[in-house]
Amino acid sequence: MKMENGKLKTMWALMALLLPTSVLAQGVDMAETMRSEGKIYVVVGVIAIIFIGLVVYLISLDRRISKMENRK
Amino acid sequence: MVNTKIIGLQWWKWLSIVLVSYALVAGMLIDVPELPILNESIRNLFYHVTQWFGMMIILTASLVYSVIHLMKGDMRSDRIAAESINVALFMGVLGILTGSLWAKFTWGAWWTNDPKLNGVAMGMLVYLAYVVLRGSMDEEQKRARVAAVYNIFAYVMFMVFIMVLPRLTDSLHPGNGGNPGFGGYDLNDNMKLVFYPAIIGWTLLGVWLVNIRVRLVNLKEER
Repeated sequence: MKMENGKLKTMWALMALLLPTSVLAQGVDMAETMRSEGKIYVVVGVIAIIFIGLVVYLISLDRRISKMENRK
Repeated sequence: MVNTKIIGLQWWKWLSIVLVSYALVAGMLIDVPELPILNESIRNLFYHVTQWFGMMIILTASLVYSVIHLMKGDMRSDRIAAESINVALFMGVLGILTGSLWAKFTWGAWWTNDPKLNGVAMGMLVYLAYVVLRGSMDEEQKRARVAAVYNIFAYVMFMVFIMVLPRLTDSLHPGNGGNPGFGGYDLNDNMKLVFYPAIIGWTLLGVWLVNIRVRLVNLKEER
């Protein structure tokens, strides 16, 4: 149960990170924003997704090692 | 203090995420000087250059831990020094790949016989020799001691190869051989707002990787 709580917290933290994008995505402005300035925002989005993915992976690795350390 | 956790993760790890995310996004969006040849690729300054700086800071940390090991003879410092070099080598490979790509589209070739580039290649080999040397010994104390002494030698060689020699001859690379660095002319205040946080961010992210590797080694050794 304790573990579940930790996961939930992580989820919230990640969602907070994603919030600005999701708000934009739901608004009508999305197409405008994404297409403006030579579509640079699309590239920023791709970079953000890759980095968020890497970070989530890194955090989960860190957690797994923490658990192994606590078992000692 | 270093171990103060926020949502189960040390605060400086969160800081690394925040700083790198900021650099990745802001680096793409802020206004940059419009220069011929470089064009938008000047933004690589936020990624390629800052990551190299982070790599060199981690190598410096490794040197410090090697010196600490030689003074105290503790295994912890030896492990941190060794894993720092592993991570720095990884970052160095990324640095060479990103630099090569940048060179292709600004200098016209993936690799030139530039003293900076060849210096970096040799410097990486010097550190690769550290990994081989350390890995070839079984006796713990001896391994740690020899590795630490070699690390001091490697650090000096690396810095001579990439900081001193390229400045003594002609070089295409900015900041070398009479070629001005970006700092003097083109790194405007706007860019500094991304450049410096990016260095701290990459460094902390590298330290995080070192942290994970050291803990894995600790777990393995305790078994």
